[in-house]
Amino acid sequence: MLEEPVRRRFIDILGPQGFRDDEQTRVSYSYDATPAYRSKPAGVVFPEATWQVSEILKVCSEYRIPVVTRGAGSNLCAGTVPGEGELVMAMTRMNRLLEIDRENLTATVQPGLNTKTFHEEVEKHGLFYPPDPSSMVICTLGGNIALGSGGLRGLKYGTTKDYVLGLEAVLPNGDVIRTGGKLVKDVAGYDLTRLLVGSGGTLAIITEATLKLVPKPPFRLAMIAVYGDLYGAARSVSSIIAARIIPCTLEFMDQATIRVVEDFARIGLPADAEAILAIEQDGEEEQVRRDLNLISYICRNEGALEVRVAERPEEGEKIMAARRSALAALSRLRPTTILEDATVPRSKIADMVLAIQRIARKHGVQICTFGHAGDGNLHPTALTDARDAEEMARVERAFEEIFEEAIRLGGTITGEHGVGVVKAPYLEWKAGAAGVELMKRIKQAFDPHNLLNPGKMFAETRKRVVVQR
Amino acid sequence: MNAANVNARAIEEDGVPRAAPAGRLERALRLALDEDALERCMRCGFCQSACPTFRVTGLEAASPRGRIALMKAAYDGFMPADSAFVGQMELCLGCRACEPACPAGVPYGRLIEQAREAIAEGRKQPLRARLMGKVLMEGVIARHCVLLGLGRALRLYQRSGLRAAARRLGFLRMLPPHVREMEASLPEASGTGVIREWLRRGLPARWETDAQGRRLLVVPAEGERVARVGMFRGCVMDVLFLSTNVNTIRLLRAAGFEVVIPEGQKCCGALHAHAGRTAFARGLAADNAAVFRAAGVDWVVSNAGGCGAYLKEYDHALHGTPSADDGAWLASRAKDVSELLAEPGRPLRLADGVPLVATYQDSCHLRNVMRVQRQPRELLKSIPGLTLREMREADLCCGSAGIYNVLQPEMSTALLDRKMAHVKETGADIVVTANPGCLLQMRWGIRRAGLEARVKAVHLVDLLAERLE
Repeated sequence: MLEEPVRRRFIDILGPQGFRDDEQTRVSYSYDATPAYRSKPAGVVFPEATWQVSEILKVCSEYRIPVVTRGAGSNLCAGTVPGEGELVMAMTRMNRLLEIDRENLTATVQPGLNTKTFHEEVEKHGLFYPPDPSSMVICTLGGNIALGSGGLRGLKYGTTKDYVLGLEAVLPNGDVIRTGGKLVKDVAGYDLTRLLVGSGGTLAIITEATLKLVPKPPFRLAMIAVYGDLYGAARSVSSIIAARIIPCTLEFMDQATIRVVEDFARIGLPADAEAILAIEQDGEEEQVRRDLNLISYICRNEGALEVRVAERPEEGEKIMAARRSALAALSRLRPTTILEDATVPRSKIADMVLAIQRIARKHGVQICTFGHAGDGNLHPTALTDARDAEEMARVERAFEEIFEEAIRLGGTITGEHGVGVVKAPYLEWKAGAAGVELMKRIKQAFDPHNLLNPGKMFAETRKRVVVQR
Repeated sequence: MNAANVNARAIEEDGVPRAAPAGRLERALRLALDEDALERCMRCGFCQSACPTFRVTGLEAASPRGRIALMKAAYDGFMPADSAFVGQMELCLGCRACEPACPAGVPYGRLIEQAREAIAEGRKQPLRARLMGKVLMEGVIARHCVLLGLGRALRLYQRSGLRAAARRLGFLRMLPPHVREMEASLPEASGTGVIREWLRRGLPARWETDAQGRRLLVVPAEGERVARVGMFRGCVMDVLFLSTNVNTIRLLRAAGFEVVIPEGQKCCGALHAHAGRTAFARGLAADNAAVFRAAGVDWVVSNAGGCGAYLKEYDHALHGTPSADDGAWLASRAKDVSELLAEPGRPLRLADGVPLVATYQDSCHLRNVMRVQRQPRELLKSIPGLTLREMREADLCCGSAGIYNVLQPEMSTALLDRKMAHVKETGADIVVTANPGCLLQMRWGIRRAGLEARVKAVHLVDLLAERLE
């Protein structure tokens, strides 16, 4: 529990509604969407303004209280699970859309603003904010920025990091910094904006963001292509890109995923297919239809058994909505669902999917794979039971091999979920010892007392597995 | 500093249940809660944007994900099941909007019912309160004749000048303000019941007896018979909304249904189950399922979303009992009146009327459990001269939720006032609902918002019957 003077100062800063440390609150902020992690914070603060964030951090610095910043708690790397006795800073009350600047095509937001709400608001103005993580019905923009979220449209539009132009953030000592601005060009010093994107709440607390908007594409339409073998699907991806078409989404689902998604969404996906590509294009209607025709032709050429283009945009939206629910729908099969986001260069998709299947067999675990085929970001998802320690150990070994394989193919351990607790032991595999050492020195420069989200990003490095084949 | 090694506050893994919980309520929870259902929640949080209490409070604990986490915590000893825990379980409206939103198919309604069952068992309540609850739930609501008697008394009170006298003398001021407001918006009660009322009006009907010698009132279809349906008359419906019950029969006849009203039917048991009186609810369910099955009907029709939803779950309620078979039968036959009228009923011939703007408030259990949202809207649109204008958040609970509005006035009025703001925006002349609780709540809301002169609340059935040619 927090000392009485600390509690009093929090209440002074935030008012009685802004600080809670009752048992119920501590339990309900003890987890995020990562399976099998939970531990109670000492209390939760709900700031409503930047100055409050700053004042709280000054108190935390003085008393050396670690702080975990949290949006909706939908992340998958245990990045917002507090350590025992830490303070959770919930940003959900700082949820205003401050401005849409139609001349500069920017929006300025508070971090607690929900991503989908933001989409709807900017689209009312004929504008578009492309990053669309699957959790967008609940996740917050601050969380998206802190973890560098991706989404389905990464292939054509990039991810959150490509849309953050400027930030306001509070350092652990309470100092407020502003980086970037409504600027396309800005090379004044180190790019602190980019540094904070994806820093997982370990460097500073983001209190405001200026985001880039683009004109909203007037039309979008989706299609699916059904395959009897994986390679056909993978070859289609490469051929589509080689034909110089960049669809806005290009999603892959394997058989197990198809079955559960169909079971949940009932949109007529064939349950016996080996793989499905769900493809969406946006732009001028004529161009979109032309692209989808060409893609259909390519898919058939690469052996698709069936190609179906949505007749109306709403039909396409259903397909994409069903795909977004894949992760949660998978959790119907077993009590615990562990989702990873190993990512490889696009050209290695088929190799990676097959490697995942081989590794799953080897360890006797059930792994379904779906993901963003267009940008090589796969979601191997283990279906297991956290109560079974022996099986969990096998799952962990399988994932270690999957990470190893991804890196071997020129990929990474995490494409869009972030490092948090879960990937920390593997960071060095990707970043190298010197890279991690540099990151630690950066961390120290920002946060000399290690108060911001300690225990995340850096951990004892896991010994690399020797993959035998 | 060395960030890599400063990770003293280790985050615990929560897979394994801790030491067995000690208290009375904790033990009751361990017995009542379905562990697999708890495990099924993967904490994705998709439920949160659908949850009324989360939308109002913004607090994790007041969301479905939060409540499940609290249940799990109390279940495995991570927290004590204290009074705050009980309060949070009681704050849930039971609207079940989280269920359609949940991709993992977590049976939240079942979990909250189990938690409440444990609370009802495990809580030390004063004898007087326990007796009161028992008398009200089991002696009054569940007994049709007692309820009708009460209806007669209420009618006398409303008509004889006693109500006026009570108001004048200030007796009503002894009631809490929200109950006083509700009393004012109560419709005129009746003690007749639909069977006697139908006969009293001299409308066509005959008596049949089932194999056990129980009497059934059978109202013939108009024109060619489409199907034989059993009418579930409900308890509140038959006392406070007798004319709606009569109108339901009129509409069903007109659409080609033969309507059977078994005399031996009882209260559906929903209120009892929601209040944790599971065993008693099971008894009612078994009786109803047997009575309707013996009546030889194709469908069992309800005009109250709350009752219909519970009928639809008789398979679960009676699972593992000698009546399991009857329960499964009834669950597969339960329909809302709007479903049958839309299809397979013959289209109703409706007369022209003054132009009207209507807005529709979904009944939560009709929408979220019976999954009926399209048919009532289609029926509304079929009324000549009527324009349906959707309000924002029509799918969000109005705060009525059985007797929730009496028990939780603060949250209930917060939701109601929000609802009325949305109603006002539509400029509608009438608010249409499909459940008695919602209807009463709408009337109360209209009164609170000072809209009595402009807006009326009406049951879909009454609106349709008014125009019946």
